Amino acid sequence: MAYSDKVLDHYNEPRNVGSMDKNAKDVGTGVVGAPECGDVMKLQIQVEGDTIVDAKFKTFGCGSAIASSSLATEWIKGKKIEEAMEIKNTDIVQELSLPPVKIHCSVLAEDAIKAAISNYKHKQDGETVGAEAEKQTEGAQ
Amino acid sequence: MKTPIYLDYQATTPVDPRVLEAMLPYFSDVFGNAASRSHAFGWTAEEAVETSRAQIASLIGASAKEIVFTSGSTEAINLAIKGVCDMYGSRGKHIVTCQAEHKAVLDTCKHIEKEGFEVTYLKPDKTGRVSVEDVRAALRDDTILVALMWANNEVGTIHPVREIGALCKERKILFFTDATQAVGKIPVDVEADHVDLLCLSGHKIYGPKGAGCLYVRRRSPRVRLVAQMDGGGHERGMRSGTLNVPGIVGLGAACAVAEADLDKDREHSNALREAFEKKVLGSLDHVVINGDVEHRLPGCSNLSFPYVEGESMIMGIKDLAVSSGSACTSASLEPSHVLQAMDVGDELAHSSIRFGFGRMTTSEQVDFAADQVIEAVKKLRELSPLYEMVQEGIDLSTVQWQGGH
Repeated sequence: MAYSDKVLDHYNEPRNVGSMDKNAKDVGTGVVGAPECGDVMKLQIQVEGDTIVDAKFKTFGCGSAIASSSLATEWIKGKKIEEAMEIKNTDIVQELSLPPVKIHCSVLAEDAIKAAISNYKHKQDGETVGAEAEKQTEGAQ
Repeated sequence: MKTPIYLDYQATTPVDPRVLEAMLPYFSDVFGNAASRSHAFGWTAEEAVETSRAQIASLIGASAKEIVFTSGSTEAINLAIKGVCDMYGSRGKHIVTCQAEHKAVLDTCKHIEKEGFEVTYLKPDKTGRVSVEDVRAALRDDTILVALMWANNEVGTIHPVREIGALCKERKILFFTDATQAVGKIPVDVEADHVDLLCLSGHKIYGPKGAGCLYVRRRSPRVRLVAQMDGGGHERGMRSGTLNVPGIVGLGAACAVAEADLDKDREHSNALREAFEKKVLGSLDHVVINGDVEHRLPGCSNLSFPYVEGESMIMGIKDLAVSSGSACTSASLEPSHVLQAMDVGDELAHSSIRFGFGRMTTSEQVDFAADQVIEAVKKLRELSPLYEMVQEGIDLSTVQWQGGH
């Protein structure tokens, strides 16, 4: 199977490989996929204010999955959270020229971004859990 | 070192120069139709075909008259199974085979199921082996055929053919074995092993593609088959079609060379595999050998590299021509049916690679291959969230995975 040059480039020199402290408050972690399906992506973001200042990934998967997650970290670094939420799997498909059988890799990368952001937001909400509870109580009334 | 290095000897083999040399005249000067009885061109071709028949028979302990030429193993498998069902279907409608058989056997069995036959698909053990007890337990009064491969093409596991053959003989049930991977690699003797039908293929034993045969026992019992192709009644009426004389000459020559060099070839392939596995397993943790290490085809090494996905692994060892147990490159994401039948787990199946060493493989190539494998696995494990989790002491089976595809 022929891979696009961009997939090969990301596979040969993946960007932002690594791990961050998943317990740190300013770090959001998303782990998506399952080993029996042949793909697991872990994507982490470090956030300051509403900006993603750093991103790291580790991926178990085919070359297209590795490239999709590598590209995702490259794209979200420096973006505001809301901008990162806008990234669509179709953007990844286009950038990497993924064939139809590899579209699920791009879907997984999009899911990983969203999961990391959601985890980060959840951690921040945890701090204001009292306020959140108050709001919910108000809503219920 | 010239790359890519060919390490896929279970898929196919290069034609041995001795074989090629034997074949060449039959493309040009000696071009006759072996069925032409009225002139020397035909007689010479027929003579060459008969020489080949004798060479094949000698390698498997048969007599020349028991060899029916086909285009390869797939055709021979179709002829054996469908031919037996058509001939003996009135005696019984039950067949026993194994889940880890080649697709040619499994799909042929699916075909005859549609025609009213019942097929028992035995589940192999974790090493891919079926025991004689498994077979015995599956036999019924209406069983007419046991179809079981001699050695598995993906993991190299060798079945206890002789015991299963003896059981079938005792129960008067025909025994067909797909010996495509075994012939020429390990001793095969249709008499001692009690085989009634056996197929083999030229291109797996350093012969040409498009030439193979079916051994059909003629005495005790005499096996009869219904031909699956209508035509001129060649091959004692069992397989019509003008004989592929150059291919058949090559098949015979390949068998003769294999018979002469069997011990040498076997030692060579086994030594290479041993060196390869020693190096790889010595340098990497968590590597799993798939198959039965006690009963394994020479030169076949099927390894799983947990926490590394098969296709990315293939990309990492780009100078090695090998096969992956994961079919991730095709439209389906299904891992190999053989590894699934062995219950190795989807994850190990996805990370498996088959390395095949053969007559033309050198120890320098094996050394290079092992180095590239080790380097690729180390790199991909650096990238692997699963390997990281395992290093942290997390049991992956307890993890709740999100959004798998």
